[in-house]
Amino acid sequence: MTNVAITSSAADEAGLKDGGGSRIRTLREFVRRPLAFAAAIFLFAVIIAVVAAPIIAPFDPLAQDLNHTLSGPTALHPLGTDQLGRDVLSRLLWGGRTTLLGVGEALAVAFVVGLVAGLITGFVGGTTDTVTSRIVEIVMAIPAIVVLLMVYSLTNNDSNAGMLALGLLSVPTILRVARGAARAVRSETFISASEVVGMSKARIIRRHVLPNIWGPIIVNTAVLAAVILGVQGGLNYLNLGVKPPAPSWGGMVAEAQTNLQLQPFLIFPSGLTIALTIAAFILIADGLRDATTAARSRSTTPQQAQPPAPALDATDTAHREGVLQVQNLSVKFGQLEVVRRVNVSVAKGETLGIVGESGCGKSVTASAILDSLGRSATVTGTIVFDGKDLNTATRKERAGIRGSGIASISQDPMVSLDPSFSVASQLKELIKVHDHSDKRATHARMVELLTEVGLPNPEAIARRYPHELSGGMAQRVSIACALAGRPRVLIADEPTTALDVTIQGEILSLLRRLRDEQGMAIVLITHDLGVVADLCDRVAVMYAGEVVEDATVEALFAQPAHPYTRALIDANPIVATRGEPLKAIPGVVPAPADWPIGCHFYDRCPIATLACAQSPIALIPVGDGERDSRCIHVDELIGAK
Amino acid sequence: MLRRVGLRVLGSLALLIVVPAITFLIQSLTPSNVAASILGLGATNTQIAALNHQLGLDQPAIVRYFEWLVGSLHGDLGNSYVTNQAVTTILAPRIGVSLSLVIGALLVFTIVGLLLGVLSTNQNRAVGRIIDIVSSAGIAIPNFWLGVILIGIFSVQLNVLPATGYVPAATSASLWIASLVLPVVALAFGGITAVAKQTRDQMLIALDSPYIRSLRVNGVPDLSLTYRHALRNAAGPTVTVLGLIFVGALSGSVVVENIFVLPGLGSQAVQSATQHDLPVIQGIALYFTIIVVVVNVLIDIVIPILNPKVRAA
Repeated sequence: MTNVAITSSAADEAGLKDGGGSRIRTLREFVRRPLAFAAAIFLFAVIIAVVAAPIIAPFDPLAQDLNHTLSGPTALHPLGTDQLGRDVLSRLLWGGRTTLLGVGEALAVAFVVGLVAGLITGFVGGTTDTVTSRIVEIVMAIPAIVVLLMVYSLTNNDSNAGMLALGLLSVPTILRVARGAARAVRSETFISASEVVGMSKARIIRRHVLPNIWGPIIVNTAVLAAVILGVQGGLNYLNLGVKPPAPSWGGMVAEAQTNLQLQPFLIFPSGLTIALTIAAFILIADGLRDATTAARSRSTTPQQAQPPAPALDATDTAHREGVLQVQNLSVKFGQLEVVRRVNVSVAKGETLGIVGESGCGKSVTASAILDSLGRSATVTGTIVFDGKDLNTATRKERAGIRGSGIASISQDPMVSLDPSFSVASQLKELIKVHDHSDKRATHARMVELLTEVGLPNPEAIARRYPHELSGGMAQRVSIACALAGRPRVLIADEPTTALDVTIQGEILSLLRRLRDEQGMAIVLITHDLGVVADLCDRVAVMYAGEVVEDATVEALFAQPAHPYTRALIDANPIVATRGEPLKAIPGVVPAPADWPIGCHFYDRCPIATLACAQSPIALIPVGDGERDSRCIHVDELIGAK
Repeated sequence: MLRRVGLRVLGSLALLIVVPAITFLIQSLTPSNVAASILGLGATNTQIAALNHQLGLDQPAIVRYFEWLVGSLHGDLGNSYVTNQAVTTILAPRIGVSLSLVIGALLVFTIVGLLLGVLSTNQNRAVGRIIDIVSSAGIAIPNFWLGVILIGIFSVQLNVLPATGYVPAATSASLWIASLVLPVVALAFGGITAVAKQTRDQMLIALDSPYIRSLRVNGVPDLSLTYRHALRNAAGPTVTVLGLIFVGALSGSVVVENIFVLPGLGSQAVQSATQHDLPVIQGIALYFTIIVVVVNVLIDIVIPILNPKVRAA
């Protein structure tokens, strides 16, 4: 009993629900795709017609009528006759039997052998897996045709033997998918749980692996069917695996070729049938692939609509002058608003911190400012840089600001440098873009930049590739790249999160030095209040897509004006009292689809009252007007400390 | 890096031993009726046994395999059952034909495929979609049908290119090219699709990566992002797939040579298969394997040039 409970709940958690539900969902998604559905119906019709050939074929496929050769379409012969006066439609129907039967044979062999071998190797791993992988590599490097020719030659052109060989040669396609899927499922937590509770491997495969991999397997089987049909058509074209005068689709193309001068129409019935059948397999595979993904994502996307944005006029905080002023910035992905009316600004030589937990919209805000959200996002509001609104600026104007007006460094320096180019090559490209300098000046500037970010021996570093740098070095190089255009604003998105603690401090002091020396404004996105205290002048605290507090660093730490800010400070190990447990914030940040009408922090707030939940809360000036808070109990808070 | 390339080359060379072994394995698995097939229906059992003995087919496949291996090291691939000529002599004049065809196809599907793949990631969605649809046709239209259609259009209707036959480059360079245009197109068509799709997928992965984003926000123009950075990063995985696509094209060349009646290894292979001429088929299998090995080695050399991480390993 226990193991069932463990496995099923873990399975639900992993989003991999077994059984018929997802299959029906996939089927429903598939039917919604007209092209794939039409392809499936076409294929079904072809199979029925071919199976029913003895009944529906108007003529004997071998019956000659030498008075009506190469007739072209007539009432009696809708697809015409060939050079011996045989009815093309009848030959097509009868030929389809051999053709599709052969495809079925090869496919069955590849499917069964590939699935079994793939599941075993993927699930057992170790030496079995290594050896199988080597064999698969070799099989994939063999030109299939030489093996097939050998087989046909030895078996006196036996169709079954040829298709068996073709099936075996196609095993790797299925095996690799099955192996990959088995490995992926195997590493899921619920499988480990099943193993712990003592389920046998065979039972795990049957209960948990198979139901989860049938999607990719069927998709690849459909693709393989298309490939096999093409190869087999080629073999039949060469009269391999088929004995004339017996009809086959590929063989009919060959016959058509010999009569190309006299009756060009003949190449169409057989050739088009093959092409359309192959296309049907491909379209079905595509449709199934899309349907599987859609079925999965649809089941996890919440159905309820997001409550409408409150018709509330946010406070105009534009009273603060700045080189970058963001007003009423909202970001929507489709209908879903993820950032709502953010107002922040940063002045020359100033550092603005944007803090909050994951999922509060900090990075989306930064990306919106940098115009790097992609097409799926809708950005409203104004982003004024240097007196110009970037949100309404032309592409060219925005391109002109990138790097020289606003630059950026990102979270993980190891992946934010192009792995295929050396440091010198990336840095020099950026320098040339901004300075239009000659070779010598570019090189000098590169050395200057690398020295500026505190890299010893810049010439040697420049020759390295990103994978040859340590995390700290890579972040310094990223900073050098960002500085190449002498930006006036630097947006740093979690610049120290991926780095060792000792390196973090160095990078922060580097940023501080650059700001002080060059008068650059910095927008620092972080979840770490310690970093904020270290570097920032002002702080905007974000929660669930909204700015909930905006204040100077001193004021914020001395007297937080929003319960979320207070909770964040209390949860920080640096400010915690020794000997007392760290105060974690209970609950999680609500997803954008679950934002409440009232205060977004309501669920987790220790001082919330009924009034907080009833209507949207405005961001209002507090105290001397140099700070804002989005809390109706702000007086209580400021009074409390 | 040299060590790595060396290991890969050794791995590829193993194919030269394995593929012939497979052909002998197939021989041992199938009931030997080669002698009977060669002699035809009227043959007596004594005649069949005598021919089996004469061809060495009465010996176990493993013995014949090792004899064949030793012989091949001395450049002796045995004699044809049908003409008794040395296999190497029969195949020698045909190698150039097949190489012209498959190398031509390799160049065409690599260059056109890369081009289509890159263009299909174009900012303009409609352009990407059209290229997508056109390139899907490559899978659905099999080479043998395409070959016949091409002959129908360019040889029968328009009469601008020869329908069949081959002119060696030494005789006339222009006629050589003319005789190869249609076969190369027919053979390369499917590969173009595969290369384009792979390039496109890899380009989209690269364009979506954090380094492209970083370079972009710091001022690198879109053209350089697409054609310098993303393309360079997409090239590695795409080149890896070229090897597999080439193996497929090599198989396809047998069909294409027969469509256009090119006197290459492929047309000989089909003829020998119908004549049960095993030594010739084996020789062709070896030559095909050598071509695969050479292409794989070339790819193993190109990959580290494209990918500095592999270079360092």
